[in-house]
Amino acid sequence: MSRQSLTKAHAKITELSWEPTFATPATRFGTDYTFEKAPKKDPLKQIMRSYFPMEEEKDNRVYGAMDGAIRGNMFRQVQQRWLEWQKLFLSIIPFPEISAARAMPMAIDAVPNPEIHNGLAVQMIDEVRHSTIQMNLKRLYMNNYIDPAGFDMTEKAFANNYAGTIGRQFGEGFITGDAITAANIYLTVVAETAFTNTLFVAMPDEAAANGDYLLPTVFHSVQSDESRHISNGYSILLMALADERNRPLLERDLRYAWWNNHCVVDAAIGTFIEYGTKDRRKDRESYAEMWRRWIYDDYYRSYLLPLEKYGLTIPHDLVEEAWNRITNKGYVHEVARFFATGWPVNYWRIDAMTDKDFEWFEHKYPGWYSKYGKWWENYNRLAYPGRNKPIAFEEVGYQYPHRCWTCMVPALIREDMVVEKVDDQWRTYCSETCYWTDAVAFRGEYDGRPTPNMGRLTGFREWETLHHNKDLADIVQDLGYVRDDGKTLIGQPHLDLDDPKKMWTLDDVRGNTFMSPNVLLNEMSDAEREAHVAAYRANGTTAA
Amino acid sequence: MTETKQRSFPTIEFTDSEAGALEFPSSTSRAYNYYKPAKLRATMYEDVTVDVQPDPERHLSQGWIYGFGDGPGGYPKEWTAARSSNWHAFLDPNEEWDQTIYRNNSAVVHQVDLCLQNAKRARAYDSWNPAWLKFIERNLGAWMHAENGLALHVFTSIQRSGPTNMINTAVAVNAAHKMRFAQDLALFNLDLSEADVPFDGAAHKEVWKSAPEWQPTREVVERLTAVGDWCELLFAANIVFEQLVGSLFRTELVMQIAARNGDYITPTIVGTGEYDYDRDLGYTRNLFRLLTRDAEYGETNKVLFGEWLATWVPRCLDAAHALQPIWSQPAEKSVTFASSLDAAKQKFRSLLEDLGLDSPKELDQ
Repeated sequence: MSRQSLTKAHAKITELSWEPTFATPATRFGTDYTFEKAPKKDPLKQIMRSYFPMEEEKDNRVYGAMDGAIRGNMFRQVQQRWLEWQKLFLSIIPFPEISAARAMPMAIDAVPNPEIHNGLAVQMIDEVRHSTIQMNLKRLYMNNYIDPAGFDMTEKAFANNYAGTIGRQFGEGFITGDAITAANIYLTVVAETAFTNTLFVAMPDEAAANGDYLLPTVFHSVQSDESRHISNGYSILLMALADERNRPLLERDLRYAWWNNHCVVDAAIGTFIEYGTKDRRKDRESYAEMWRRWIYDDYYRSYLLPLEKYGLTIPHDLVEEAWNRITNKGYVHEVARFFATGWPVNYWRIDAMTDKDFEWFEHKYPGWYSKYGKWWENYNRLAYPGRNKPIAFEEVGYQYPHRCWTCMVPALIREDMVVEKVDDQWRTYCSETCYWTDAVAFRGEYDGRPTPNMGRLTGFREWETLHHNKDLADIVQDLGYVRDDGKTLIGQPHLDLDDPKKMWTLDDVRGNTFMSPNVLLNEMSDAEREAHVAAYRANGTTAA
Repeated sequence: MTETKQRSFPTIEFTDSEAGALEFPSSTSRAYNYYKPAKLRATMYEDVTVDVQPDPERHLSQGWIYGFGDGPGGYPKEWTAARSSNWHAFLDPNEEWDQTIYRNNSAVVHQVDLCLQNAKRARAYDSWNPAWLKFIERNLGAWMHAENGLALHVFTSIQRSGPTNMINTAVAVNAAHKMRFAQDLALFNLDLSEADVPFDGAAHKEVWKSAPEWQPTREVVERLTAVGDWCELLFAANIVFEQLVGSLFRTELVMQIAARNGDYITPTIVGTGEYDYDRDLGYTRNLFRLLTRDAEYGETNKVLFGEWLATWVPRCLDAAHALQPIWSQPAEKSVTFASSLDAAKQKFRSLLEDLGLDSPKELDQ
């Protein structure tokens, strides 16, 4: 369809909307934002007549590549180190995708602009596509990769795992609370516009370098829809900016959304890219370098900064602090070590790091070896059962961390941990911003104004609480992370499948009692707690 | 002269990581094992849809981690008055997922596009009589608003609220159908307004907004958008409104009389909407049959649906009766309003019977 025809067709389609006079649409999902003064902003034009064939063509390419990968024995050259992490990633990501579909009516309800409604409804269908195409990719991995364990229980594992819960914020944050906070600022303005770059562009690059060209095939196809979504989000953002009353809410939500996305996405994708790869070329970009390019330059400098001309205060401090955490405070390395510490309650295997990996990390992150090298040597030393416990229960100079009540990634940058009594409970936070998110932002009042539509942090937020004082073997069994012989764990701290004696079983992990740091913290006296927190913070990780 | 950068690329390594390369525990566990498929072997649809939306009653151990300011987050079952002992038992008979959505809708798009191109090439509109042009201008023009309103503010809305991914995905596809169909009607309207025939492409707005015969229909559509209970909304839209108003207009009028008025274009386009509704009724029927046959809640659901029928049937019948004058507008009047309405009512009764619901008394009046 020519551009002229498309413009004419789009104008025609806008005639389909009307102002209701008999009944007011139900307010299913409220917002504290107001759009009374908003000028109508038109997002990218899309009509269904061209949309469906376009997407079908994209699909044909994806499914053709999938057939080709199987015919060409792609799995002869896939790195297991890489594909194991996909058991975690691909268990998480279809839920945020489908949540994005579910978020669209929230934005439609909140924003009085029929031209945006069309774009949002098209996005809804895109997101159904993304979710199911990703589930299908995972199914293909399960069917063709050497070790299907973990892929085979994927959605159950996602729903009961500590890491799955971290990722779940990325979906639940889209569909809950204030409609604009959730479906616009958190989902579109930050997650889609900023962080899909690392999710769907940077990470597939790394997949290809590890012999997996299907992840790039699927995720680049997904990413090709994102520009329309970004356009939807930007249109709504500009409409919200037209009313001064929205400015404090926008600034609140940009701070929350930016920081939460950083905490969650950088933790996961940073780990996959840095610790899931076998490609240790010195000139291949580290996650920090990718982040600088995709997030700092492409998003922060090109997208966020120009919003200042509308009088919006951009969270410069949080952008810089995210960068600081990644480059100087070892955020990604800490998360990777934490995931590896928890290997018995994972549904994927984590490879040990070798001298080649050490050399690369030291090159990219000077000082890495002195902080993490010894721990990874211990991980390697303790990889097999028989003579030792899982590393979390051995003395390797690592204290199991407190969980951040807000982002649910543990407080791994220990000197930054905030401890406060909130809602009659001692809670730990990874950072001041996560504390602020719980104590200030997600409340019914903000900055002296009522915010009844703002969401709440709910649920059993510390995963460890559910398993407090239980035997590790019982926890693993309860979670279902056991292979089909009824005794071998799905998670293993190595990639050796050729020798059954190297595979940990329930008997090998029995006798280790798992304790919840938060339960213990709340049982402490004030003096005990202060001493405990001081010691925890003193075990900091900032580069000397 | 700039220095040529040394090319750098990763090394391929043969890892022998194919399925079957080694035997070890779970090495042959190649099916999703966290749900029980409806049949012996899981379908592609089930594999890519089931449990993607978590449920605290299934595997979700930490509960929903975000809530609304005034209630729990996620997908509370209390968002409808209908009850089920197992919402997850619902599976979409159309088995919609990525490939089916785009293949089906692309096929429809190609069909409509080809049809419209042929119409232009054959100057098909030239032979339409003025009464028929006016009929299409006013009535199909008005109807496309209803389709669009249902797409954006009924079905798109419902798919946020259902308690399972299987329900919400089926409804999302329903929304896509409606949006595509509404747009196809609008672009058909555009083609007609650009053809060398007396056709006012803007007339539909006023007809939808003010013409007396269409106001009760607009009222029902607007009242639908005001319903908060997602299940009532689906019931009222797909079981009641579509049967008594949608099918009455599309199936029992347009599809029956267009050809006799020299129009072979409109039935091709409206026929795609009929095909959509046939699919969408399929999943809707399955869902409500599941609810009326529920061993624990079937009877209370039937009472509830009876209340919904009592609300929506009179409104839809009012809308249907108001449309009566448009049966007289075409030059060739091959069906009467009475026969069309009888046919629509009969199909509606049959659907209700299939669901185990009593026909409301208003149908006999």
